[in-house]
Amino acid sequence: MRAMPGKTLYDKIWDAHVVAETDGEAILYIDLHVIHEVTTPQAFAGLREAGRPVRRPDRTLAVADHNIPTEGQALGVDAVADHEARLQLQTLGKNVAEHGIEYYPMGDIRNGIVHVVAPEQGRTQPGMTIVCGDSHTSTHGAFGALAHGIGTSEVEHVLATQTLRQKKAKNMRVRIEGEPVPGVGAKDYALAVIGEIGTAGGTGYVIEYAGSAVRALSMEGRMTLCNLTIEGGAKAGLVAPDETTFEYLKGRPSAPKGGAWEMALDYWKTFFTDEDAVFDREIVLDASKIAPTVTWGTSPEDVIPVTAVVPAPETFATPDKRASATRALEYMGLEAGQPITNAKIDVVFIGSCTNSRIEDLRAAADVVQHAFLNGRLVAPHVRAMVVPGSGLVKEQAEAEGLDAIFKAAGFDWREPGCSMCLGMNPDRLKPGERCASTSNRNFEGRQGRGGRTHLMSPAMAAAAAIAGHIADVRDFL
Amino acid sequence: MEAFTRLDAKVAPLPLANIDTDQIIPKQFLKGVDRKGLARGLFYDFRFDEQGREIPDFVLNRPEYKGAGVLVAGDNFGCGSSREHAPWALMDFGVRCVISTSFADIFYNNCFQNGLLPVVLKAEEVQQLMEEARGGNHVVSVDLAAQTVTSPSGAVFHFEIDPVRKDKMLKGLDAIGETLQAKDSIDVYEMKRALAQPWFEGA
Repeated sequence: MRAMPGKTLYDKIWDAHVVAETDGEAILYIDLHVIHEVTTPQAFAGLREAGRPVRRPDRTLAVADHNIPTEGQALGVDAVADHEARLQLQTLGKNVAEHGIEYYPMGDIRNGIVHVVAPEQGRTQPGMTIVCGDSHTSTHGAFGALAHGIGTSEVEHVLATQTLRQKKAKNMRVRIEGEPVPGVGAKDYALAVIGEIGTAGGTGYVIEYAGSAVRALSMEGRMTLCNLTIEGGAKAGLVAPDETTFEYLKGRPSAPKGGAWEMALDYWKTFFTDEDAVFDREIVLDASKIAPTVTWGTSPEDVIPVTAVVPAPETFATPDKRASATRALEYMGLEAGQPITNAKIDVVFIGSCTNSRIEDLRAAADVVQHAFLNGRLVAPHVRAMVVPGSGLVKEQAEAEGLDAIFKAAGFDWREPGCSMCLGMNPDRLKPGERCASTSNRNFEGRQGRGGRTHLMSPAMAAAAAIAGHIADVRDFL
Repeated sequence: MEAFTRLDAKVAPLPLANIDTDQIIPKQFLKGVDRKGLARGLFYDFRFDEQGREIPDFVLNRPEYKGAGVLVAGDNFGCGSSREHAPWALMDFGVRCVISTSFADIFYNNCFQNGLLPVVLKAEEVQQLMEEARGGNHVVSVDLAAQTVTSPSGAVFHFEIDPVRKDKMLKGLDAIGETLQAKDSIDVYEMKRALAQPWFEGA
């Protein structure tokens, strides 16, 4: 008799969380629910109307990140100038108090972007199921946790039941093998993957990232890679936990301690893909062939190597894609055939749940310092800002002197939050402004109406700030 | 959730791929604390210029598409942010059904929480609907029970839909109430986990 085929990492996490199954739909237990001010008020209102309690406040963690200002946070929520944002933040404060949910409010050093804070606190652990009313929840997959974004109705469902009704997705594996060239890292891998599969290429799949180049990534790099999984349309991204994961977790405030740590470690080590497991789709990329990568258009799949020219709409396969590309070029103020490095930059944004962790800031600061020592500053026409992912990232960066490097070169050093990634707070692009951004979405109007976003790595954004146009970071190393 | 059974309504064509939820409802409309009143923000940057004046060419501003209840759009509709404000805004505007070749996952899920029917048709069917929608008669019929869309010219397109989701949509069931009926199973699951992985319970 033939043995059962092996299981993927996703299969294992899924199986460990099925509470009940009916009609091909599972009730899946949720281990951690992270919440923020923008996608929860209607969920708490729904609970209140139905007279339902929060089932597990202890498995819920709240932060304020999407619309907080990135200055004057110590003044508190009541001083937030935008009255709608203020009301939303105050509403979150009331809701968490009413239900006994742990909350790091604006100004608390532990506060910051949800997907920076939960890992940093050790709340995100291997083998978990994690959800949040935010599409970039895929970030937590870096720890070998099944993590994805949900809508507000589902937020309410998780608050009330600590479960979600789910259908199982298919398995895809993306292997990135080999050694990258200097100046290339997780952000370039992620953009290259989206360029390869397209922005809907992952729809219906959970992607496991594997291969030597993925293994070699730090936890910060793995978070960047998993964060951008949603931009390829996949449900979630995963990296199997290993020593890098355990080393990162050890000693974090919510990580298990003492004997519990040893027990947890044994359990976490069971979360890997069996050798004979079968994937529905498999892709292999050669890390050594990936150049520093940037976007030229208004979809994250619109990627090119920094050495390339802007593509012509006629080269796209379908009428819809050709129409979208034509529209994108017009919106972006670019011409087909121009080298992307000709694009003059007005604003540089280093931050967001994709790239605002300590390693990201170090990579950017490294480029800035190198240029500074050669007598170069942020180009005079460029407005450049760094927004650390959390109060703790900011504190660490300051302890390492990174803030001094950024400030000396002409960067604005801000307080933590989502900031210009989505421009819900006052940090926004003006119409027509072009931004080198370490964030995750180059959609029309994402960073401000009429704003033009080019996605790239922190090192590339730093290089653009100095050059005043999109630049190849390899010329700055 | 509002039930969806059958709909006869005008269809408006949006022939663009990758229409994301930032375009469906921009950030400045996400600051509220309830689900109502979001129609004013729907496709805001398509409908209004920087001075807030209506852009007359945009399909939903054209008189012949006023009151459209169905949208037909390009691939990967609803990609991007998880904001449920996108289906709320569509519903508030009067849209009850979106037709495309594909939908982004989170948006697709959110639709089923709200009685907004996402219909997946083949590329050539979407193309035909898109062309017919531009004509003089652009009323379509969407029948969830029969799983069909009838085009203005009378062409009938069949669509696939998960039977569980279909049933819930037809009845307008409350998902939370339903899951709470499995409370005992959730209790048992938690007890087992507390024994097997005690550190989860703060031990």
